[in-house]
Amino acid sequence: MTTSLKALTLALALGTGLATAALAQEKTLRIGMTAADIPRTLGQPDQGFEGNRFTGIPIYDALTHWDLSKADAPSILIPGLATEWKVNDADKTKWTFRLRPGVKFHDGSPVDADAVVWNVQKVLDKQAPHFDASQVGVTASRMPTLRSASKIDDMTVELVTSEPDSFLPINLTNLFMASPKHWEAKLAAVPASVTDPAERAKQAWTAFASDPSGSGPFRVTRFVPRERLELAKNPAYWDEARRPKIDRVVMLPLPEANARTAALLGGQVDWIEAPAPDAVAQIKSRGFVMYQNAQPHVWPWQLSFTEGSPWLDKRVRQAANLCINRTEMKELLGGLMAEPKGTVGPGHPWWGNPGFDIKYDPTGAKKLMQEAGYSAAKPLKVKVQTSASGSGQMQPIPMNEYAQQALKDCFFDVELDVIEWNTLFTNWRQGAKDPSARGANAINVSFAAMDPFFAMVRFTSTKTFPPVSNNWGYFGNAEFDELIASARTSFEDKARDEALAKLHARIVEEAPFVWIAHDVGPRAMSPKVKGVVQPRSWFIDIATMSME
Amino acid sequence: MLAYLARRVLYTLPILLGVSLVCFALVHIAPGDPLSSVLPPDASADLQRQLRTLYGFDRSYPEQFAIWIGRALQGDLGASIASGRPVATEVMRAVVNTLRLAVLATAIGFFLGGLFGFVAGYFRNSVVDKLASMLAVLGVSVPHYWLGMVLVIVFSSQLGWLPATGAGPGGSSDWAWDWAHVQHMVLPAVTMSVIPMGIVARTVRALVADILSQDFITGLKAKGLTGFGVFRHVVKNAAPTALAVMGLQLGYLLGGSILIETVFSWPGTGFLLNSAIFQRDLPLLQGTILVLALFFVVLNVVVDVIQSLLDPRVQRS
Repeated sequence: MTTSLKALTLALALGTGLATAALAQEKTLRIGMTAADIPRTLGQPDQGFEGNRFTGIPIYDALTHWDLSKADAPSILIPGLATEWKVNDADKTKWTFRLRPGVKFHDGSPVDADAVVWNVQKVLDKQAPHFDASQVGVTASRMPTLRSASKIDDMTVELVTSEPDSFLPINLTNLFMASPKHWEAKLAAVPASVTDPAERAKQAWTAFASDPSGSGPFRVTRFVPRERLELAKNPAYWDEARRPKIDRVVMLPLPEANARTAALLGGQVDWIEAPAPDAVAQIKSRGFVMYQNAQPHVWPWQLSFTEGSPWLDKRVRQAANLCINRTEMKELLGGLMAEPKGTVGPGHPWWGNPGFDIKYDPTGAKKLMQEAGYSAAKPLKVKVQTSASGSGQMQPIPMNEYAQQALKDCFFDVELDVIEWNTLFTNWRQGAKDPSARGANAINVSFAAMDPFFAMVRFTSTKTFPPVSNNWGYFGNAEFDELIASARTSFEDKARDEALAKLHARIVEEAPFVWIAHDVGPRAMSPKVKGVVQPRSWFIDIATMSME
Repeated sequence: MLAYLARRVLYTLPILLGVSLVCFALVHIAPGDPLSSVLPPDASADLQRQLRTLYGFDRSYPEQFAIWIGRALQGDLGASIASGRPVATEVMRAVVNTLRLAVLATAIGFFLGGLFGFVAGYFRNSVVDKLASMLAVLGVSVPHYWLGMVLVIVFSSQLGWLPATGAGPGGSSDWAWDWAHVQHMVLPAVTMSVIPMGIVARTVRALVADILSQDFITGLKAKGLTGFGVFRHVVKNAAPTALAVMGLQLGYLLGGSILIETVFSWPGTGFLLNSAIFQRDLPLLQGTILVLALFFVVLNVVVDVIQSLLDPRVQRS
């Protein structure tokens, strides 16, 4: 063997060895999601908050972020791509947002005012060449008052709302910033034979979704529709505390709970969302770790205030809230729920210390019912519309049957009207007066309570009666409208939270819901996954985790 | 022959139109909002109206059907509402995955079904017959999604021998005929093969029993043939019917299985239909059903033509 051949052989062996060692050291986290498809990757994810959790927050940044670093405190709003923001003193519909300097998209282009304006236009400006109808629904509904954006200087933008709205910074956590330069490159690559500008834009977005560019802690390296999404760490991420320690993340859509559980137990994935509840004991016994925390995810009965509704009597509403033994229900669910004290809990900035304490007090409940004129011999008939399954519905049948049984002890005669999930969802918008309610005077649809509009306003404002929004039971009056207006026009964070706390306290006292459970976002992980913080949020930060 | 072929192809046109009409009507009759995947329930009424117009759902049903069928005739099945990806691409990717699984399941089902059927028929009323018949009855009776879950629990969760989900370590687009990929097919294919195995076994048993009672078998034995010699003749006589039954089963399997593909997260047509149904993704749902229906229509034409080639009486009838 000649010297050069020997050297080559040695170099090859060394190279192969090094490469193998590098591969062996590569830390890969494999996640089994509940979604049936990879949530959209083009910036505005679909599939609800699971989409934001897996293809929003890891890949993209928004102007404002949720603080996901604490498990023992409510998740609050923190600066994201914007370092500071302020409403215009003279005109409260105008906001200025100062951008974080030096942030770059994965393709190397800068995150500046032009990029922010471009991202607002993608969902709000129909005349913009990059306007994408498919991203409008999931975005515009989550920032209902935002109307436009304009550049003040390279690092400052002005956002304009349709009315004074202090919730805007919270809403902006849902507007993820995609790279305009990268999209333009995709547009340029659309064949010249496609001449319709709208079709060219559509094709550019489809290409962008396969090879997206955000500014988040991970970048997309591979996308197989309906099968897998692979991310690699972004070592240049601007937030040092969130610079990933995991090299690769693989996300797999596994919609069936038993399949997810089997994939975890069989070692195909390191993390699954929502394991099959009856497999929790086995999961723990095999050394996997269960994580859960109270989520802003409310599982209630929303009550009707239409003429003739049995819930018009406040004593009846409060009695129902006192009659359910939530600790027992928690046992029934294998511990996978939290016991609610309202839409938010004590310690939350919007808690407000209500005068009515939601707890298990059957004696008090019976007393209230008797005062209202009901007894075992003369029970109150109520009808609840629910579904057999559905996104966020936890385990609707056993939970509703438990509530039905519990309320029987307090002189309620509950009829359950179980319908298909999508139909229930549609009915939610139609309202209690609509024939679709089929005589029901309560509806069981779980909801997210991340921001004030979705947590409280849409259920208590006279402006959100059906079909405008989800005030299914037509609950609302001048007092609540005033409380809402006060919250919306309190622009200092503290003042806004105080106003929201007053609103929440009054909601709990008036009890337009029977608060039955809060979801806890259960997930099971391999003990190899370290640094897991499950915040009180729908989201979780993968960037701060590590792999053993 | 050409005239027959032309006539047969011509007959499919009204069928195809009917299939597309039924397919369009069915997905629109189903409850739920077609925009639910891109429009949260809390979206404002204005936004709902705006998107309905942008997606064309504000048009009348006949108008929507005419637009859809016009594009479909040009090979454009539209784009998925949920993902924005072209439906044709999504469906074809899923068809290939289902095809791969269906062919393996058919092979397993045919081999085991044929084996059990022949053995049971040949040794009628013996212990072997009873055992094979029991397996065949189990095959057609056991809910296959349940069997799938049991197989996953035993071979994936407990023993860790085979993967529980997915179409390969890198997804179906990385498919290769090596053990790393093929092992992902084993459990779904075995689960999927159970029903055809049972049907083929029962059919073949009946056929073999019938053939064995015929005069020519007595004749063969009288001529001195025994054992394997007679068995060969039985196989030859039973094969055409068994093959026809298996062909039919292959057709069913090619349609995909929503339950099995969901249990194993196998990215085939069943899995695609499942997510399209749950997301109320009408273009995807319509496109997938249409392609599968067309597949059956074409398969029927092919079978008819082959039959007519083998037996000219079919053409005359």
